[in-house]
Amino acid sequence: MSAPQSQPETASVSSSPDTLLSVTGLTKHFPVNRGIIFRRRVGLVRSVDDVSFDVARGETLGVVGESGCGKTTTARMLVRLIEPTDGQILFDGRDITHLRAGAMRPLRREVQMIFQDPYSSLNPRHTVGAIVGAPWRLQKVKTEKGTKRSVQDLLELVGLNPEHYNRYPHEFSGGQRQRIGIARTLALRPKLIVADEPVSALDVSIQAQVINLLADLQSELGLTYVIIAHDLSVIRHVANRVAVMYLGNLVELADRTELYERPRHPYTVALLSAVPSPEPVRRTADGRGGRRDRIRLVGDVPSPLNPPPACRFHTRCWKAQDVCRTVPPPLAELAPGHMVACHFPENTPASN
Amino acid sequence: MAAGDGTGEYGTTGEPAAGGDGAQTGDAARTGDTTQAGDSESGRRGGWRPGRGRATRADRTQADLESMSPPDPRYMLEVRDLRVHFPTDDGLVKAVDGISFRLERGRTLGIVGESGSGKSVTSLAIMGMHHGGSAKLGGQIYLDGEELVGADPARVRRLRGSKMAMIFQDPLSALHPYYTVGHQIAEAYLVHNKVSKKAAKAHAVEMLDRVGIPNPQARVDDYPHQFSGGMRQRTMIAMALSCDPELLIADEPTTALDVTVQAQILDLISSLQQEFGSAVIMITHDLGVVAELADDILVMYAGRTTEYGTSEDIFDRPAHPYAWGLLSSMPRLDRARIKRLVPIPGTPPSLINVPSGCPFHPRCAYAARTNGKSESEVPPLRSVGLGHEAACHLSADEQREIWAELVKTRLSPAVRSREDA
Repeated sequence: MSAPQSQPETASVSSSPDTLLSVTGLTKHFPVNRGIIFRRRVGLVRSVDDVSFDVARGETLGVVGESGCGKTTTARMLVRLIEPTDGQILFDGRDITHLRAGAMRPLRREVQMIFQDPYSSLNPRHTVGAIVGAPWRLQKVKTEKGTKRSVQDLLELVGLNPEHYNRYPHEFSGGQRQRIGIARTLALRPKLIVADEPVSALDVSIQAQVINLLADLQSELGLTYVIIAHDLSVIRHVANRVAVMYLGNLVELADRTELYERPRHPYTVALLSAVPSPEPVRRTADGRGGRRDRIRLVGDVPSPLNPPPACRFHTRCWKAQDVCRTVPPPLAELAPGHMVACHFPENTPASN
Repeated sequence: MAAGDGTGEYGTTGEPAAGGDGAQTGDAARTGDTTQAGDSESGRRGGWRPGRGRATRADRTQADLESMSPPDPRYMLEVRDLRVHFPTDDGLVKAVDGISFRLERGRTLGIVGESGSGKSVTSLAIMGMHHGGSAKLGGQIYLDGEELVGADPARVRRLRGSKMAMIFQDPLSALHPYYTVGHQIAEAYLVHNKVSKKAAKAHAVEMLDRVGIPNPQARVDDYPHQFSGGMRQRTMIAMALSCDPELLIADEPTTALDVTVQAQILDLISSLQQEFGSAVIMITHDLGVVAELADDILVMYAGRTTEYGTSEDIFDRPAHPYAWGLLSSMPRLDRARIKRLVPIPGTPPSLINVPSGCPFHPRCAYAARTNGKSESEVPPLRSVGLGHEAACHLSADEQREIWAELVKTRLSPAVRSREDA
């Protein structure tokens, strides 16, 4: 049970001291097996393919993409809930890519996760006190003021009533449950929090409460976030830098302002223009609504079981040419800090 | 306006359920004997049958009887003082409590609200799908002049699918996994039209083509699991439109979809509306989606209407603090980024214990300005502008002042989006 102290000190690759998390070539392929006696592999779901990024201390990296783009798989690999097929994850200068469960355990204090669904991520048979205090129990950490007092402090920190210590999750609303989940992740004072769709299950008015809470906690406790979401407006609000994923690939990575004001990858451009804005559309006299001119992507995201060759976006891209079907575009830095994987990027001086 | 009066009358006692309902048999406060009352009612109709969701004449309140003016022929759908209550062991759940709206042909009404505000219950009531359940219905629903709340379930069944149709939120659970999509689309067409199975299948192929499914000849024999999420939602739309309905209700049609697919589906719904000239009700929690499609908007909170007006009214000059709260709590892409969102404090109320007076008052920042009125009196839906109504105790002048000086300034200025440049 107790973690073996002989931690395999794999080559602590040096990276910038400001970098808390560094991911290189992260890949996850899920095999598809057939047959009962003779299991044979008939396919490979390429959920995440060669994804690389850095997260600096105290910053928030937002990851956006449509369903099936591999953003959740990436998040789970970061906290080592899923074993990566290939690539390297450096946390605080240490290689944690293939640490065994025992060696990983001390690290769990520093990396925590907020889950999407506040209804299924809390054990309905445990009280709030037991849920929020579980990390201390599992890590055998003695808190200064005793578990109960410390849990109550945490509840207060996330804006819940400390007297609700003995209540069960079903007695709380969705927003309050998400706060319980957040209190639990904070118990061990982690350095990095990976949040997978932390607000998408909540109502609009509650979403803003949780977004503000996450921001307050970050400035108070100096947290670093990796926030995964499909809602581009939420990501723009919370993130400093944004990574856009499509079908397992990282297609664009840039500073928030850069990305939202000058998106370079056609997919990002299409994604941004597809978001309906809460501004009434003035109808024209002929009855045909004055619907905004926007880029309409045709079709659906292809299956990751058999992704299109080279640039995976070429089947839906309006700029696709032969080169897109044959040569995978490298992730190149087109402007300082603005990485794009595209042969024909938008918003470049040459293209305009 | 008759319907507005109904709401006011119903609410003025402050204890909405108990007020002025002398004529009701099985409704409201007397939860204890509801079941019994329901049973004796069905007994009168000749034996037990699953028709409890249906309001009988006796279920009508005085206000209902007074407001029984003939429906306006201009409207495809007219809902007056609709109430849907569910008796439960814990008390009476007033899921919908006196809402009224009107919808013309070719126009779109957006119904906006948070979870539990009664949006979906309203749509199910229009479709007559509370029949056989425990729901108690009150008020009137006129579909093209025909009253539905007290109508014979068999009659409503004939209308459902042909004259009115619905697109459900989650296409994976709304489609039957055992039957091909073609079979499911043809089913409604066969029921409502005297055609051969072959003709119905041909019609299914045509519908699939209409909603933009590639290679419909082959895909018509596929099962739902062979379709992607967007294609399933297109199939749902094909199913709903197979009998050219005059009223189409879309209940969160894009919530389960990705943004790029959502844009395709919204385009599809609006172009099909142009083509068929149907009236559309769009139920959603996403203000972006309603702004995109709706001509008129009804904002619901705790089973009641807080505000009703045109799309411009709600977005450009909202009058109710709830709408202000929604607008200032959402991050927006079309505006400059603001440092901090202003959320609505607290959580939506339980529908068993709706706060006294204005149901929104515990979360309202301006409740103090009403001198305690918001805690004791249910605000009636009042006109605050031409065709714009709000249920708020603040005077229209106060509302305009607060919106212009306190709320609007908090919202960030609009920036022209990149693509327009």
